[in-house]
Amino acid sequence: MDFLTNGHNAYLESFFYTLMLFLVSGVLSLVLGTILVACRVGPVAVLRVAGGWYVTIVRSTPLVVVFALFQFAAPMLGIRFGWVQIHIGTVDFTSFFAVAVVALTLYTSTFVCEALRSGINSVPLGQAEAARAIGLTFGGTMSQVILPQAFRASVPPLASVLIALIKNTSVAYIFGVGEAVAQMRIMTNNYASERVPIFLTFAAGYIVIVFVVSFFANHLEKHWRTA
Amino acid sequence: MSASVLFDSPGPRTRTRHRLYSVAAAVLLLLGAAWVARGLNDHGQFAYAKWEPFVTPSYVQALLVDGLLKTLEMAVLAIAGAVILGAALGLGKLSEHRWIRWPSAAVVEFFRATPVLLLMIFIWYRLGINEDSSGFLAVVFALTLYNGSVLAEVLRAGINAVPKGQSEAAYAIGMRKSQVMSVVVVPQAVKIMFPAIIAQCIVALKDTALGTAVLAPGLMYVGKAIYNEQHNQVPTVLVVAFLYVTVNLLLLWLATWAQKKYVGEKKLVVPMVGAADTGSAV
Repeated sequence: MDFLTNGHNAYLESFFYTLMLFLVSGVLSLVLGTILVACRVGPVAVLRVAGGWYVTIVRSTPLVVVFALFQFAAPMLGIRFGWVQIHIGTVDFTSFFAVAVVALTLYTSTFVCEALRSGINSVPLGQAEAARAIGLTFGGTMSQVILPQAFRASVPPLASVLIALIKNTSVAYIFGVGEAVAQMRIMTNNYASERVPIFLTFAAGYIVIVFVVSFFANHLEKHWRTA
Repeated sequence: MSASVLFDSPGPRTRTRHRLYSVAAAVLLLLGAAWVARGLNDHGQFAYAKWEPFVTPSYVQALLVDGLLKTLEMAVLAIAGAVILGAALGLGKLSEHRWIRWPSAAVVEFFRATPVLLLMIFIWYRLGINEDSSGFLAVVFALTLYNGSVLAEVLRAGINAVPKGQSEAAYAIGMRKSQVMSVVVVPQAVKIMFPAIIAQCIVALKDTALGTAVLAPGLMYVGKAIYNEQHNQVPTVLVVAFLYVTVNLLLLWLATWAQKKYVGEKKLVVPMVGAADTGSAV
């Protein structure tokens, strides 16, 4: 197990990078996904149609293609990330990180949108009618009756989307980001005789992150189900 | 639009207001589109020379035959393998014997929680990265293992979604477990699972694009070859995206049709990785 004795720092750093990719693009996806779902279920026809098209098209495009398209087209639109220069310890977050975050966000937000929409759709119409019947205003109906139920119902699909995002951060490797898969390739080359343990060790890293997210989501869901 | 959970049916004044918002939103969206188009145009992305390859027969043939066809081939092989593996693992997870159930569950959870790309690269190295066909096979095997594990969960959720009375009635008339499964439960479960399986085809098809990391053939590979030669990155990636989206939309339409025809309103809920055993339809 030479790769671990010599490389445990590199291993941890690469997963720190993966985790940062996940956290930053996860938060941004939730924000953009919420905006998208507001467009899709709102009363403005043009936004509803545009949101629907965006979600359908981006969801049917492979993440690699979204990445490539953004990477090639962004500089032409004047979108550059040269200003991103964050260094935490020996880990550098530069324009590569920023491009990966934007591509992951553009892609994941469409799935967030659909997860939230399924939550909204799961609230029975009678709930809204009853809320209006007892004289609640639009704001009251939303904040007291509809959105709490819709949000609770969308926790399981949202968790699945976030879990997929954790695994999708690996695609950033193809575009030169030094995250966990990139580190695995380096180690696979350097310690050719230990490929199986290297693979299992890196898979274990992802499995731990996935199970932590899954655990929290389960906990939230159970907590709210009994409430 | 008659009744919505979110807002009351709008009256005449609100409708006028919504129309105004629609116009404003349309203007903003058009401005955005114009900004993107201008940026691309300033860099000559709409020049005929950049698009010429896509009306040149030899390039079109390369895209469709070496690209799309290979991609579809990988996806079809992977899904075929995944259905078989998924059936085996799914039945394994439903087994009454602990020594079958636990290993099946472990395998399913492992491959569902591991990124496909990681798996693909590992298999690629195992097959030998200098072999001609290793990229192709790495994509097929990795996607088989991942999608097979997902389909195992789909199968279990589908079988659990068949009303309990069905198997109880079958047992009551004296059928064995194997008969109950093969004659009564599985035929009904397959109907419920059909849309989910087609949806998984879309996932598999999209994931074939990851093959670019292991030098596998397919749309991305051909696209790369074209833009390395012609230096028309944006048009090429747009064409590749268009081809992927077209096939995926066809599959999506098929899934929606199957949902309407075989399942109806019910939605199959596949539990997430690491979730407690609550796979059932609601």
